[in-house]
Amino acid sequence: MLSIKNLTVNVNDKQILKGINLEIKAGEIHAIMGPNGSGKSTLSHILSGKGGYTVTGGSVIYQGKDLLAMPPEIRAREGVFLAFQYPVEIPGVSNIYLLKAALNSIRKHHGQPEVDAMDFLTLVKGKIRLLEMDEKFLYRAVNEGFSGGEKKRNEILQMAILEPKLCILDETDSGLDIDALKVVAEGVNSLRSPERSFVMVTHYQRLLDYIKPDFVHVLANGQIVKSGGAELALELEEKGYSWLEDTQAAA
Amino acid sequence: MTTALASRYAAEYQTLAPALPGQTLSWLTALRGEALEQFSVQGFPSPREEEWRYTNVSAIEKKLFSPATRVTASPVDSDWLKSYQLEDAWSVVLVDGHFSAELSVLNGLPENISVMGMADALAKQPDKLENYINQAVNSSEHGFIAFNTAWFTDGLFVHVAAKQVLAKPIQVLHISTQNDVLTATRTVIVADEMAEANVIETFVGLDNAYLSAAVTEVFVGANAQITLYKMQCESEKAYHFGGIYVKQSRDARFNHHNFAFGGLLARCDIHTDLDQASECELNGLYLGIKRQHIDNHTRINHLKPHGISRELYKGVLDDRARGVFQGRVIVAEDAQKTDSQMNNRNLLLSSDAEADTKPQLEIYADDVKCGHGVTVGQLDEKSVFYLQSRCVDEETARNILTFAFANEMVDKVKIKGLHDRVLEQVLVRFPQEGVEKSWL
Repeated sequence: MLSIKNLTVNVNDKQILKGINLEIKAGEIHAIMGPNGSGKSTLSHILSGKGGYTVTGGSVIYQGKDLLAMPPEIRAREGVFLAFQYPVEIPGVSNIYLLKAALNSIRKHHGQPEVDAMDFLTLVKGKIRLLEMDEKFLYRAVNEGFSGGEKKRNEILQMAILEPKLCILDETDSGLDIDALKVVAEGVNSLRSPERSFVMVTHYQRLLDYIKPDFVHVLANGQIVKSGGAELALELEEKGYSWLEDTQAAA
Repeated sequence: MTTALASRYAAEYQTLAPALPGQTLSWLTALRGEALEQFSVQGFPSPREEEWRYTNVSAIEKKLFSPATRVTASPVDSDWLKSYQLEDAWSVVLVDGHFSAELSVLNGLPENISVMGMADALAKQPDKLENYINQAVNSSEHGFIAFNTAWFTDGLFVHVAAKQVLAKPIQVLHISTQNDVLTATRTVIVADEMAEANVIETFVGLDNAYLSAAVTEVFVGANAQITLYKMQCESEKAYHFGGIYVKQSRDARFNHHNFAFGGLLARCDIHTDLDQASECELNGLYLGIKRQHIDNHTRINHLKPHGISRELYKGVLDDRARGVFQGRVIVAEDAQKTDSQMNNRNLLLSSDAEADTKPQLEIYADDVKCGHGVTVGQLDEKSVFYLQSRCVDEETARNILTFAFANEMVDKVKIKGLHDRVLEQVLVRFPQEGVEKSWL
């Protein structure tokens, strides 16, 4: 589904990603862990098309296409979804307006007719129950005045409605208490399918207790320094990031 | 302003005066006389005056607007009127500055509540009005106020007795229908202790050049609450002055929502005096296109301790439009523990559009919490990216966010009939396709 080869990225002439290689197949869950400043968020931003980064080398192929050549909205319509670390508040735009605009953009992209208002409401109300959210949320402005947990839940709600193929979760667990984390994790787990892949960028191992990854990669200083199965996260939890940074420095 | 022009208006006044309401009231004729004298000397304000430095009204000098004689038949289309007049409200409709019994809706008013045209009120309750007219404002403040005091032909009078809470809003609808017409109207709104009322001032006009000069005085009694809405949708050739002057008693709450959409040149004053623990909230939205000039001037006067004021004005300016915001907050030496926040945010959609913004804090007390913020610029790029990451193309994202910037102010309107009408006006400027209106 996604093939990242030797990707190097600069921000303001400073190299942040120093040759990333990553293969993600349909249905897999990959966790990317690493200390602050390791380049985790840069990776998720690059995949979603955020501006302000310069790709200096390498390639990202998504479903056979050059992902980096697509504008952000085309990536999204092709099935790439970024759940933001800091979801943006948009006063004056209701959640339901955004959801409908987003869903219709995808349908148009695939040559399908716009969704009917009633069918759309039925779809949305089904998903909103899944995330234990109040229907009133739909008519409130996007993320405005939401708590941290509500914002993250709202991201997962959007994901559930847009049904992307590649879900990138950027520190979705940061700032969540255990109850909110469980709700978010259940939402993510309910979306798991053989056709859908996940990239979970996280600083904390705790998330992986609730969403079990197939692979764990450790990012340090702009490079993947170690990859393994779910057990790598536990080892990391025990030994700390300095264990790998030291190994890298020694090498 | 040339004195020649002022004297032209003054000469016309002599023929007009006998037809003005309240001619038998000596206190009123005295006020009008003084005001006329003041206007003859001052004329309309000039940009040399600090509070008018961004707004030059000399274009008004090039024309001589004349007051309309009493209008009998309604010259307005009923469908057009419905897009401004609320169904579920008591309304006073003024056509070219004169009360229209045919269009006004005043049946079923509770006892202890007065809602009537100003000319009618001066005939029926003159003693009451003597306590209010020119009590929240002084004719010497500037030429438009003096002009209005001398010339006003009609207006609205609202008096809500103590503890009365009005079930429906009151609307005063100012309609200008003639070319070169001058309307000068005076509104007085009084809420006695613990009374609550919502009042809407709407200004509309047919596609003509005309001048509206309206003055509103508001008296909010102890622990009373008035929410006043202004929907200014004058024709694009019109000149508009609207001044709102407010006296808040102890614990009184005054909320104002100011929608400035129309007029070639439009100026609005909102001045309020706060007593102990009074609260005010001033919200504004101005949308300028073509060569519109829209000026909003606010003054919040904290006179006593524990007052709270919140102010948010937003402008969207396109083409060669110019928006002006001058916001003054004055905290008197005695007004300790004042809590005040003022913000002005402008969105410029064209490189020829201009926003002049001047927030001023004058603080004479030493234990206060006061802040202000100003932005003039473009859309937030983080928000644009967020929408793009949700499949929306960049152009649509910018359209949605521009609408949203304005819609945040529309969202604050809690009267549904008014909310929908204001939203309609915003949608004319920033159409949103493929979405149910109730979802906006």
